[in-house]
Amino acid sequence: MPSATLLGQALISGVLAGGMYGLLALGLSLSWGLLRLVNLSHFALAFLAAYLTYELGTTYHVEPWWSAMLIVPAMFAIGVAQHWLFDKFKVNELASLLITFSFAVVLEVAIQLYWTADYRRFETHYSTLSIKAGPFYIPVLELVLCLVAGVLAWGTWLWLRRTYVGKALRASAEDADIAAAYGIDHKKLAYLLSGIGAGYAGVAGTFIALIATLAPAQIWAWLGVVFAVVIIGRLGNPLGALFAGMLIGASESLAMAVLSPAWAPVVSFSVLIAILLWDPDWL
Amino acid sequence: MVDRMGTWRRRHVLAGVVGATAALAAPSILRAAPSGKPVRVGGTLSLTGFLAQTAQIHKIAAEIMVEEINGRNGFLGRPVEYVLLDDQSKPDVARSLYEKLITVDKVDLIQGPYATAPILAAMGVAQRYGKVIIQSSMGIPKLQTYEMAFPATPFGPNPEQTYPNVILDAMASLPTPPKTIVILTSKFPSAQFMAQGMRTQSEKRGVKVLLYLEYESGNRDFGAIAARVKEANADFLWVGSLGLESNQVLEALRKLDYTPKNHFHLYPAPGPLALSPDGKNALCSTFLEPAEPFMSRPGVARQAAAYKERATKANLPYAIIDAQAAGMISEWQILEAGVNGAKSLDDKAIAAFLKKNTVDTIYGTLRFDGPYNHGNAEQLIKQAQGGQWKVVWPTKYAAPGVKLIGS
Repeated sequence: MPSATLLGQALISGVLAGGMYGLLALGLSLSWGLLRLVNLSHFALAFLAAYLTYELGTTYHVEPWWSAMLIVPAMFAIGVAQHWLFDKFKVNELASLLITFSFAVVLEVAIQLYWTADYRRFETHYSTLSIKAGPFYIPVLELVLCLVAGVLAWGTWLWLRRTYVGKALRASAEDADIAAAYGIDHKKLAYLLSGIGAGYAGVAGTFIALIATLAPAQIWAWLGVVFAVVIIGRLGNPLGALFAGMLIGASESLAMAVLSPAWAPVVSFSVLIAILLWDPDWL
Repeated sequence: MVDRMGTWRRRHVLAGVVGATAALAAPSILRAAPSGKPVRVGGTLSLTGFLAQTAQIHKIAAEIMVEEINGRNGFLGRPVEYVLLDDQSKPDVARSLYEKLITVDKVDLIQGPYATAPILAAMGVAQRYGKVIIQSSMGIPKLQTYEMAFPATPFGPNPEQTYPNVILDAMASLPTPPKTIVILTSKFPSAQFMAQGMRTQSEKRGVKVLLYLEYESGNRDFGAIAARVKEANADFLWVGSLGLESNQVLEALRKLDYTPKNHFHLYPAPGPLALSPDGKNALCSTFLEPAEPFMSRPGVARQAAAYKERATKANLPYAIIDAQAAGMISEWQILEAGVNGAKSLDDKAIAAFLKKNTVDTIYGTLRFDGPYNHGNAEQLIKQAQGGQWKVVWPTKYAAPGVKLIGS
């Protein structure tokens, strides 16, 4: 039987790891829920941001938060440009899967051409810092990630609920024609939302560079679990994405502690299936 | 007055110079550059996909060897051409591409791909068409059941028994030998295979296995795993890792303020682990390192220098030759020896020659007359000391002054 310390530590690790799932799910959930575009290239953009953070950090010794100041706006611009293409070619929900998958593959190849397929690791002196709280250790970097994810998720939730632009976006997602009749320019708002989604990929990428191992093929490593998070958290719901991420992260981690680490991938999809069968009102 | 003596001397000196030049040039003139229709050797490597990190190393090593072979006599006087395709780290793609190489491209010979699963896929095709296939990275030798498949790396026929004992022998030599062990492994087949062997051999030798954990290849979060390793607090941590997983495990342990007493890593990314502060005194598997006594083997110094130059140019973060690159070099050395020995490009003749003869490779002299065409097991242990890998076990392979460091 695992000790209370082990369970507590696993729970802390899992919730913090879930912060990354939530952060990655945030942009995807907005795009899917409010624009009806399933943007698979979100993962590739996050990894592009991670590689840029790595490059700026290792070659030019730029601290990651300064890198983020450059990378996030650049990602926003890429998101806007990407939406221009979607708009021009009138891409629908199903076609977006194929087109953004192709875009992700092109980005993967481009990353491999420049940075090679070899593993890259951005070593920083703070990457292994922890805060000791009783018998538990709280990794500082993951904690910061969770706080950033929390601020972004909550801020986005408030923006969608309390501002005219947010309400307009939600109205357009419900019924674009009726929203247009009330003077909402859905197309312009979609550009903004697409840019924000890609910007969130940039934020996630900065943390991926600091926490994870970089290799071009890793782009696809997060896909399954983040999709589960997006669905559990409900499409277009930023707070739902974050909480679902933490739920999945904690479940995986507890499975690793109590059962076997090999069970972890099964857990996220088991939770997804269980929730779909349960079919709660909030889903 | 004409200085006849001086003229005579000058003529003799001139003749001597010409003669010496001719004598020095003679071997290359007699050898002659390979000419005629190229001998096409087909193969795949995982140039993209999750195995691409290692395939880059194999590609560079193969290019060095093709140039080296063409600088000698090619294959039977004909230049060698390597027809390399990308199997995308997918066994099904590897299978299709080998089919294409043999039936459409009509290559004369084939070389094996990288990693157990693509090798198994390629081996099936080789068997169907009766082609010799030489591979350097099948970590589970007993799966190599095709009689014309040859290993280029000296795993030996039963590495799941032999290698754990090499590791346990090394541990037993420490002033305080470990009494307990935690075995943590990726479910990647060759790592899992070795981990299971490590568990069996540890138990046989009275080293108590406190924890045996398997994680999925590509696991993202090692926090909970690290908590379990810390709680077990064994004398020895054995990690069946691939790539940067070892760094991730050690970092996760450091976040919990825990340093393993002794730790071994199966197939880690060599550069990052040696250079990381967490990698201090890490033990790792190897077959060759760029130090003595290995550098004294014929051609190794030249191959190591060529590899360093090309790997640096290709922007690989770890540009030092090691067992991965050596595996591919060995593959080509075996194929060259097979062709020259058989004096033929006929696969059956090459296979027959290899089964009856030994081949001098970068790994030393290899033979192929044992189970699964394997010879002796030659696994070694290296240790990260001062940011560099040093072979520490068996002691006969350790450079002068290098010793195994325990906790």
